[in-house]
Amino acid sequence: MTKIVTHYNRRSFIKVSAAAGGGMLIGFSWLNGCKSNTPEPEAGVAVPKEWFEINGYIKIGDTGMVTIYSPNPEIGQNVRTSMPMIVAEELDVPWENVVVEQAPLNTGWYQNQFAGGSLSIRLSWNALRMAGATGRRMLIEAAAKEWGLKVSDLTASDGVIKEINGERTVTYGEIASKAVGIEVPKEIELKGVKDFKLIGTSIKNVDGEKIITGKPLFGLDFHRDGMQLAMIQHPPAFGMTVKDFNEAEIKSMPGVKDAFIVDTSVEEPGGFDEKGFKQLIAIVGESTWQLMQAKKALKANWETTGELENSEMHVKRLEKALVSGEVQESRRDGNPEAAFKKAAKIIERTYSAPFIAHNTLEPMNFFANVTADSAELIGPTQTPEALEGSVAKLLNLPLENVTVNMTRIGGGFGRRLYVHFGVEAAAISKKIEGPVKLIYSREDDMTQGTYRPTYRSVYKAGLDENNNVIAFTVKGAGLPEGPVFPNRFPAGAVENYLAEKIKAPTNVTTGAWRAPRSNFTAGAEQAFLDEVAEAAGKDPIDFRLELFDRAIKDPVGEKHEYEAERYAGVLKLVREKANWGVTKPNVHRGIAAYFCHSTYVAEVFDIIMENGQPKVEKVWCAVDCGIVVNRDAAKNMIQGGVIDGIGHSMYSQLTFENGAPNQMNFDKYQLIRHSQAPKEIEVFFVENEIDPTGLGEPGLPPAIGALANALYKATGQRHYHQPFVTEKQIVG
Amino acid sequence: MANFNLKINGKTQQLEVDPTTPILWVLRDHLKLVGTKYGCGISQCGACTIHLGDNAVRSCQLPISAVGNQEITTIEGLSENGDHPVQKAWLEEDVYQCGYCQAGQIMNASAFLKKNPNPSDEEIDGVMNGNICRCGTYIRIKKAIKTAANSKTV
Repeated sequence: MTKIVTHYNRRSFIKVSAAAGGGMLIGFSWLNGCKSNTPEPEAGVAVPKEWFEINGYIKIGDTGMVTIYSPNPEIGQNVRTSMPMIVAEELDVPWENVVVEQAPLNTGWYQNQFAGGSLSIRLSWNALRMAGATGRRMLIEAAAKEWGLKVSDLTASDGVIKEINGERTVTYGEIASKAVGIEVPKEIELKGVKDFKLIGTSIKNVDGEKIITGKPLFGLDFHRDGMQLAMIQHPPAFGMTVKDFNEAEIKSMPGVKDAFIVDTSVEEPGGFDEKGFKQLIAIVGESTWQLMQAKKALKANWETTGELENSEMHVKRLEKALVSGEVQESRRDGNPEAAFKKAAKIIERTYSAPFIAHNTLEPMNFFANVTADSAELIGPTQTPEALEGSVAKLLNLPLENVTVNMTRIGGGFGRRLYVHFGVEAAAISKKIEGPVKLIYSREDDMTQGTYRPTYRSVYKAGLDENNNVIAFTVKGAGLPEGPVFPNRFPAGAVENYLAEKIKAPTNVTTGAWRAPRSNFTAGAEQAFLDEVAEAAGKDPIDFRLELFDRAIKDPVGEKHEYEAERYAGVLKLVREKANWGVTKPNVHRGIAAYFCHSTYVAEVFDIIMENGQPKVEKVWCAVDCGIVVNRDAAKNMIQGGVIDGIGHSMYSQLTFENGAPNQMNFDKYQLIRHSQAPKEIEVFFVENEIDPTGLGEPGLPPAIGALANALYKATGQRHYHQPFVTEKQIVG
Repeated sequence: MANFNLKINGKTQQLEVDPTTPILWVLRDHLKLVGTKYGCGISQCGACTIHLGDNAVRSCQLPISAVGNQEITTIEGLSENGDHPVQKAWLEEDVYQCGYCQAGQIMNASAFLKKNPNPSDEEIDGVMNGNICRCGTYIRIKKAIKTAANSKTV
């Protein structure tokens, strides 16, 4: 058992227990749609008549049904199942008794209520365990008090408290009312990893039945009587602003209630606030179709206030930046210049990737109801706290007068870290003095993005006469941020090393896109190392293991971000599982490994040629994310990351002309489809007892490297520039 | 504006709407049947797939005036209790990540399996290529379609 001091989380627990019974938790129950708000009875547990709030995460009903509040936004990473699993584990309650509800944003009760950086489980691991363990302890104390025994005389398991040397038992449901006033323990014992019953198993998605029956779950599905719908029109290009538009004509169109320009600028904007289009035309009405027609009838005067950029210009800027751009961050070990002079072989290669859009399948949308002194926001956001802050600033309201509730989110990938669509909804609601749901069309969504930056990197390696790597440099530029992690591999593994991260300007709005920078760096670096291994005449896995060996035994420099043993561990595991070294006719293999978001992933790709086109047949993944919480769901995340990596590196790009993206919808912007996905992706986890790290992002980056390396084996061509294959559209 | 009588999920619904309105928005805005999703509006992503008679169609490009007497089935009406073999297979394979595209995937797969109860991988790909899953759950979707096919009750 691990003992843990609960202090940092006690504030929330105390607050709730002090008010227990007073109905402090605001259940956010519209998600149950037309059905009653009462959770449906699960096997063996009846719907309770009375609920007792144990702490900010747990409510127990008199029948033993347990409601666990899931604090973080659900974007498809399945935290609405895995976070409550962790609470249920320590509470020690049968999963069949658990129902899950989305918690509202509440910074007093929960920490880190965001979905980003693959951090939900990693940052909340202790808090969730403590929530469960303190709940269990309080229930035991209540039973001990009731029976006149000491806490140590009792034990609790599967929702039942037992007297160790006696016959008496009481269920959580029966004792819950007595646990309400119990003081929150100052110190709490957590389960040993070996004692986990739920963590490490496979629990099905708690929203599965609602998803397959089409229940209203998503922001776009939200409805409140009396609410209006709204759509926006942003300027047609980055570098343009709106001057005026045919307001009278638009307002006279069928179904249009109002049309106006909204300004969403906030003072001292934060990192998640809009940088591009702050003034927009808003049209308000009753039905989406009528609003779409009104949008088509818009005649606006736009003003050019900045440069209208294009893709050719972007490439030139990156090339120039690599020669003379401003270095943001760098690392130097040894003397790479001198080492290259001594090198027997030098390999230098350039890699690039285009801007790409997030294209969450659920377009941006948000509900807002702004009154004179309050704002209520409901919808899909990865950063409810940032949204709360921005809306408070926009409306000049105190933070406590702004509430944010989270719906299930139809895809995040980083797009909904940015809060402008929620802020826009609030601005529109304020103007019309009533509730409104803002909806983006797909075209709005794709052309008002916070895109993955475009990148270009030059890698260079020097080998001595024994084919050892004696020098390694990487110089990476991006619009607007360079794709280089100076302290990641192979930092620490090469004597003479230089990494330079270079920035270059653009007025195209960019932001975090699933595994920011890693989503390019992994592919470039791992494809480059493959070429270096080939030049050295070494097996690509052995070659990488040699480098890790150096980083383990005699690391170069003061620090590196990764643990070389764990990095080597996933390579060894995937080598074994994929039977690396055993060749099959007409099957072409590639390998890559990458560390990001505190998780290590190695992947082997098998490619076959089908009608002259490469096709990924099978993928093996070895993952070290520490303790695996929900096994099959964890596999699902890695599989999705692999397919996402294949899709975007093979097919997707956003190109610019006159300041505007050329691709506005899925007819021109290609996303991976069924027939392009591998037949099978096997996922294996390194079994250890390290605290869990994230899975939302780490599966994607190495896929691009393994794919590039297998493509080389299949086609004889190295692939340096994404998208690797731009095929003709397969539908439409 | 014009009056329409639509047969949706076994019920007749009376509506007065602009005759150019796509069924997608009739369902979502007017009838509050929001299981059918908006993804692209141009028949490219398949999130809005419904059944018109026995055929899977993209409701985002189907104007209400073109429906006539044909029976519409949406995800809400595919089965009474979420127990259509395709829905059950989706649960069994725990297919979804964000879940947004899955109603469209299920509607396309269920119409397809009715016509071709024992499809090959290539046939599945051919039909399902019109449905994008941005989360990349394609392998599980295919597996679920085969699970449903094998249940012999489609």
